Amino acid sequence: MNKTDVLIIGAGPTGLFCAHQLGIIGLSCEIVDNLDKAGGQCIELYPDKPIYDIPAVPECTGEELTNNLLKQIKPFNIKFHLNERVEELKKNKNRWHVKTSAGKEFDVAAIVIAGGVGSFEPRKFSVKECEKFEGKSLFYSIKDKSIFKDKTISIFGGGDSALDWAIELSNNSKVNLIHRRDGFSGAEASVQKVKKLNEQGKLNLYTKFQMDSVLGDKNIEKVKIKHDEGEIKEIKSDYVLGFFGLIMQLGPILDWGLNIDKKTVQVNTENFETNINGIFAIGDICSYPGKLKLILSGFHEGALAARGCFKYAKPDEKLRFEFTTTSKAAQERLGIKK
Amino acid sequence: MAKITYHTHDNKTHTVDVQKGLTVMEGAIQNDIPGIDADCGGGMACATCHVYVKEQWLDKLPAKEDGEEDMLDMAYEPKNNSRLSCQIIVSDELDGLELNIPSKQG
Repeated sequence: MNKTDVLIIGAGPTGLFCAHQLGIIGLSCEIVDNLDKAGGQCIELYPDKPIYDIPAVPECTGEELTNNLLKQIKPFNIKFHLNERVEELKKNKNRWHVKTSAGKEFDVAAIVIAGGVGSFEPRKFSVKECEKFEGKSLFYSIKDKSIFKDKTISIFGGGDSALDWAIELSNNSKVNLIHRRDGFSGAEASVQKVKKLNEQGKLNLYTKFQMDSVLGDKNIEKVKIKHDEGEIKEIKSDYVLGFFGLIMQLGPILDWGLNIDKKTVQVNTENFETNINGIFAIGDICSYPGKLKLILSGFHEGALAARGCFKYAKPDEKLRFEFTTTSKAAQERLGIKK
Repeated sequence: MAKITYHTHDNKTHTVDVQKGLTVMEGAIQNDIPGIDADCGGGMACATCHVYVKEQWLDKLPAKEDGEEDMLDMAYEPKNNSRLSCQIIVSDELDGLELNIPSKQG
């Protein structure tokens, strides 16, 4: 059981800055995120794209913003629990008992949901039969590439994941790469490499094709792919891989009894608490009159929610307003030596 | 104002007036038309506002910017008449535009 004052759900910029604000006022916290790294949408959707509207930062990328926030919270030694999704919340007297998808348990005084538009999950094939094979001979990510050795693999997609895996697996497997158009969104160097491997007969490239169906009993035996103009091809396949990026799903948050409207959680604007005492929501996931989905709004919401958590974490103490410029306590927490 | 007709997956037709300058995505959100999620809020970063544009309107739309086609690779069942509705800005020329919303977004 992990015991801490506050559990933050989501390691995007809003969650990270809220952790900073909790640290400044002397509360401990831990962060859970379904992705394998901190940064949320900034890292997953636009790590290299510029952001121009962070106050006092004229320009930075999603990755730089994330790295700076991580640097800013470094003094607090915050524990991250990545690749985990929060599944269950239970009220336990004045505290919350939380369980994650990895079976980890937390005992906390308050919860801050900074979950963006939900947790990132792989986008799946639209063909219904794919579900039957998922996790056995059809995958959306690769954990153990050795299972593909000497097999025939059909890879769908045109981004970096599809291209990189097609190149990598073509060393030891027979690879078909299927994509809906001639253009690719992945790196140009990878596109050229794939085209070269195709010319050399080391992989088979099918463009303007999409999946039509998968055939097989227990395991996949064949896939049918359909050209834009209607032609259908049947290709032998032991495995199918789909790389269509990630989509955000609210997931278990829907079941916690929160007031939800159009995939967002309703909060008050005094401290961003939800309809349930001790549960706060900040960033893209919260809604209130006038809500702007900007990172800077998330920072503001995080600062107020952190202070809202105080009365749950330290019911017998009074929170005094202080500036980091002059507060000895805050500077000690930041590890500043004079 | 321009009249935009959204055909939703449940075979319902929603014709609404959308203010010029708004996007077709915003028109759907403001009028509570189901099936357009727009998770990223119009940043061409999620493909959950994907629509199929009626063929006769395709040529009248502004050309796709870099990145829209890349994002459509991620959409649920993309077709030749697929567009991201956050990239279509409503104008007088688009008065009468009709589109179908896919059965689901992602």
